[in-house]
Amino acid sequence: MSETDERADVTVDAVGSSCPGPLMDLIGKMKSVESGTVVELLSSNEGTEKDLTEWTEQSGHELVDIVDHGDHQSYYVRKR
Amino acid sequence: MTERIVIVGAGTGGIVLANNLAEELATEIDAGDIEVQLVNDGEDHVYKPTWLYVPFGEKTLADATRPLVDLVDDRIDLTIDRVDGVDTDDKTVSLAGAGVDESYDHLVLAMGAQVTPEETPGLAEGGHHFYGPEGAAALRDELAEFTEGHLVVSVVGVPHMCPVAPLEFALMADAWFRDRGLREDVDITYTYPIGRAHGIESVAEWAGPLMDGRDVEVETFFNAERVDPDTKTIHTVEGRELDYDLLVAIPPHDGSDLVREAGLGDDGWVDVDPNTLEARGADDVYALGDVADLPTSKAGSAAHYAAGALADRLASIARGERPTAEYDGKTVCFIESGTDEATYIAFDYEESPTPKPPSKLIHWSKLGYNRSYWLTARGVL
Repeated sequence: MSETDERADVTVDAVGSSCPGPLMDLIGKMKSVESGTVVELLSSNEGTEKDLTEWTEQSGHELVDIVDHGDHQSYYVRKR
Repeated sequence: MTERIVIVGAGTGGIVLANNLAEELATEIDAGDIEVQLVNDGEDHVYKPTWLYVPFGEKTLADATRPLVDLVDDRIDLTIDRVDGVDTDDKTVSLAGAGVDESYDHLVLAMGAQVTPEETPGLAEGGHHFYGPEGAAALRDELAEFTEGHLVVSVVGVPHMCPVAPLEFALMADAWFRDRGLREDVDITYTYPIGRAHGIESVAEWAGPLMDGRDVEVETFFNAERVDPDTKTIHTVEGRELDYDLLVAIPPHDGSDLVREAGLGDDGWVDVDPNTLEARGADDVYALGDVADLPTSKAGSAAHYAAGALADRLASIARGERPTAEYDGKTVCFIESGTDEATYIAFDYEESPTPKPPSKLIHWSKLGYNRSYWLTARGVL
């Protein structure tokens, strides 16, 4: 378990979902959590990194870290 | 011993499945070897795509419904009741009205999706929608009085039923206001949650320039967090604000508490194998249509084709044969792009759609299909 993993307050499992499912699942969770919460998004979709990078740049939420698990990735996003 | 197939929900998926089974298993049903029970919590079948036309005065709510008794094969045991529990260990469903448990050998869940505008603060009070009969009727009355101002068509909830309907509404509104000589006084904005105008990339590539040419403003990465009905402002997760005079929102959707309580899917959508439609959380349970968590659109067309494949599988199983039919994700959706032209998309799990140039012929084909849909419900078309 990485340092970032320990900081995740909430995990959204979107492994297996096709685009734009993972990003939508994350955004849905971000609506319901408090400012400062770190949400971990699990995704195996190759388009997620691009979508998520664009969205965090536009929205001001922070993409804290990306951890590659081989068959899927963890994306850590802190709500601003 | 009689083998029982119980179907919960008589929307497009449930009714097409029931009628297909009645045809495929007619001999076995007549001999008493198989029973097929279709349970629905209302007496009518509803063709939801009709609601898109209600706000523009082109269809009525009555056009969307037909009594189930007129559509369901006589070989099917049609039960009007509400299922309020599923026990996948005992293999029973409980009927709330009758207060009895019905046993099943094979259970198919096809309860559809529910709209939940109350999930977004202020949305129910400040917005309209066309994803239900009351909402569509209220929007019709509101649109009839709307002669100037800012119309915002906002996709708030994803996934939602009929993914192309928000695009259709925006384009139909543009044409409708033009036809009435009001377009110069009405600004139209369409918003979508991700960085393009639609979840399917090719549809977004088609719709973007079309919206631009129709003077429909497109806002992307726009996720409504709350709506302020007093100031008529949408506040987003991205920290943006957008003022509106009339808000037409696609509300958040939810699956079913039955699914959560039965341990078949944490989010209310049934976790299924996308090809066999078998639930991963229990034996002899299947799901199709909007309540199934499938990597395709929540669309009546997807439910229709999935029901055909599942009917073949269940008929094979009931006869003691190895099932070979599978659902490949086939979906065909017409897309209105104005009040007198339309296109369509066809796709499956592997192939992305390519929208064709809009035409009047496709528009009339869509209207024609809407009328002949009742043959689909009967399992004929």
